[in-house]
Amino acid sequence: MSFERIEPGTPEWTADYANGQHRDASTRRLQASSPWRGHLVPELWRYRELLYFFVWRDIKVRYKQTALGAGWAIVQPLMTMVVFTIFFGRLAKLPSDGLPYPVFSMVALVPWTYFSSALSASSTSLAGYQHIVSKVYFPRLIVPMAAVVAPLVDFAIAFVILVALMAWYRVVPGAAIVWLPFLMLLAVATAAAVGVWLSALNVQYRDVRYVVPFAIQLWLFATPVAYPASLVPERWRALYGLNPMAGVIEGFRYALAGGPAPGALTFVSAAVVAVLLAAGFVHFRKVEGTFADVI
Amino acid sequence: MTSIIRAEHLGKRYRLGRSRRRPDTAREALANAFRRAIRPRTFAERQADQSFWALDDVSFEIQAGEVVGIIGRNGAGKSTLLKVLSQITEPTTGFVDVTGRVGSLLEVGTGFHEDLTGRENTYLNGAILGMAKAEIDRKFDEIVAFAEVDRFIDTPVKHYSSGMYMRLAFAVAAHLETEILVVDEVLAVGDAQFQKKCLGKMDAIARHGRTVLFISHNMDAVQRLCTRGMLLDRGRLLGAGPISEVVARYRTVERRLVDIGRFNPRARSGTGWARIVDIVLVDESGRPTPTRPSDADLTFEMTLEMHEATTRGASLRGLVTELVICSDQSQPLISVMNVDDGGVELPAVHRCRVRASLSGPTLIPGRYRLNAFLGVPYLEHVDEIPDALEFEITAPERPWRPYELHPSRQIVCRRADWRCDVDLPATSSIGKT
Repeated sequence: MSFERIEPGTPEWTADYANGQHRDASTRRLQASSPWRGHLVPELWRYRELLYFFVWRDIKVRYKQTALGAGWAIVQPLMTMVVFTIFFGRLAKLPSDGLPYPVFSMVALVPWTYFSSALSASSTSLAGYQHIVSKVYFPRLIVPMAAVVAPLVDFAIAFVILVALMAWYRVVPGAAIVWLPFLMLLAVATAAAVGVWLSALNVQYRDVRYVVPFAIQLWLFATPVAYPASLVPERWRALYGLNPMAGVIEGFRYALAGGPAPGALTFVSAAVVAVLLAAGFVHFRKVEGTFADVI
Repeated sequence: MTSIIRAEHLGKRYRLGRSRRRPDTAREALANAFRRAIRPRTFAERQADQSFWALDDVSFEIQAGEVVGIIGRNGAGKSTLLKVLSQITEPTTGFVDVTGRVGSLLEVGTGFHEDLTGRENTYLNGAILGMAKAEIDRKFDEIVAFAEVDRFIDTPVKHYSSGMYMRLAFAVAAHLETEILVVDEVLAVGDAQFQKKCLGKMDAIARHGRTVLFISHNMDAVQRLCTRGMLLDRGRLLGAGPISEVVARYRTVERRLVDIGRFNPRARSGTGWARIVDIVLVDESGRPTPTRPSDADLTFEMTLEMHEATTRGASLRGLVTELVICSDQSQPLISVMNVDDGGVELPAVHRCRVRASLSGPTLIPGRYRLNAFLGVPYLEHVDEIPDALEFEITAPERPWRPYELHPSRQIVCRRADWRCDVDLPATSSIGKT
């Protein structure tokens, strides 16, 4: 077999790049802890489709070979709500800010369930992508981010049940519902902030896998899911916001079910998450260059 | 011409010994720190803690549109170099300037998900390799046609045969349109026909003026595809230049390496009072060779020697030497010992040369490794060298039918003694119930 080689610089050669492939070709310098790693945002933007594909893959395979399928998204918060209503609502008679207890707990359990599955998925996500990480380059941040985004589908399904429950108890949200998108974003950001830290740690220390389920359990009790934040004395309430999920949950109750306005609590939470997330991104970028060697 | 890749003093260090097993859990890390505090490491431990440069002060330039073959023995640093270039891992020292996107075909099938269909995996895999969705849309039909899986494109890939799986995976990767394409030994998949097709595809890619870096142990493929070559050995760049020169240099280096100094003392184990000081594969006339045809006899020549300093009044007599031929992936295939049938007892001397010959045909064409052992089985481990030798089996000189019919089904080829009886006893059970 013989063929003519097309030399660079000839018209035939450049024709191959007429489709614009060559346009974004810029020189990068790869070295230990490359400074160009700083350009996080354009880098993530360039790989946005990969984020989409990772999320899509997660959703596609999530309920493969399960009998209940997406029903699992409903079962978990619903059963927890029933148990909470019986034990905390009826028997322990916990206060519920004047709301019917099932609505009171469900409005908290739906975002909580999202948070707990997003956190546990993202913290171990990189280990699951081990083969890809050691073979192909892409901004590693996409992996924990995708793991945080994918459970939003479950959240949406469970949210429908929440709406049905609210209709049953005739709980109508007021104008505060405009805060809902912001609160949802805060929930996603909280899961991402903690998930990014833990996933980077998990690359080297697989302890994370054992710590996370346990930590989530403790975190549930430290968060006003089964009880109202009003149980916490007024002067400590803002401090309670250091647990970002406290801000999210109280916010959800306020926005959807007309619970008391959380005020400073949620803003403290938002500030904590912003700091944690920014620091997490910086740390992650710093260590991601060695992931392939360690994972 | 502009240089599209420029590397200067590139180095990549991996840690060996103790740190090769880094603490996997925080508890272990703490325990290690504590132990080190109360008891400093011994000299031997520190020796074992050495780091190892997979790439050592490598500098080169590659011009746009060049097709460069990177050659060298296993562990020469070829894959590490490609990993640095494709940004999978950071170099420890030096830097490399890369202009344009780098696509890597490091391992086909990366990111395939068993439960997803061929179509879904094509998109997912394409995205992982860095293709935009629009780009995959545009090339989808071409990819499917290349992989020859059109009928099964909507079947989950877990139902694919391994051949179909590999073909689809290669097809996706081969349609990447990056300015730089990095290819690591992916042509070793599928049957002979598909391999030919893959080589053709690589030809086409190379002809379209893209810059390709290609690793392969298949020197024919390297020489056919590449214009330039880079020869790596133990992390160092031994030379770069026109491909024919580099391949020729590689062949001489490979032969020269077959000597005493080449056995890595770290890799060998045993009490060491006697040593295997040389192992070579030899041809009919007894000259060392790196390759043998599939149907020829396979003869290994090994020099054994007692350590000068040994005070034992012993000799080599009574020692057993074993050779294990392994696949390229270190899967043991054939083991021969000097105490087998047709073996020979080692004489009561301090130095001798042993020759073991396996009659051909032996193995199908490919890369193999040889492990060598000297000692007394179950009693004493005197010397053991994993990967003492690498060699290549080339196509048979005369046609060999089983190989032609099933080019990759079997690994070991043997000629059997056949016999056919016609006077069968009447009490044959065939046909009875």
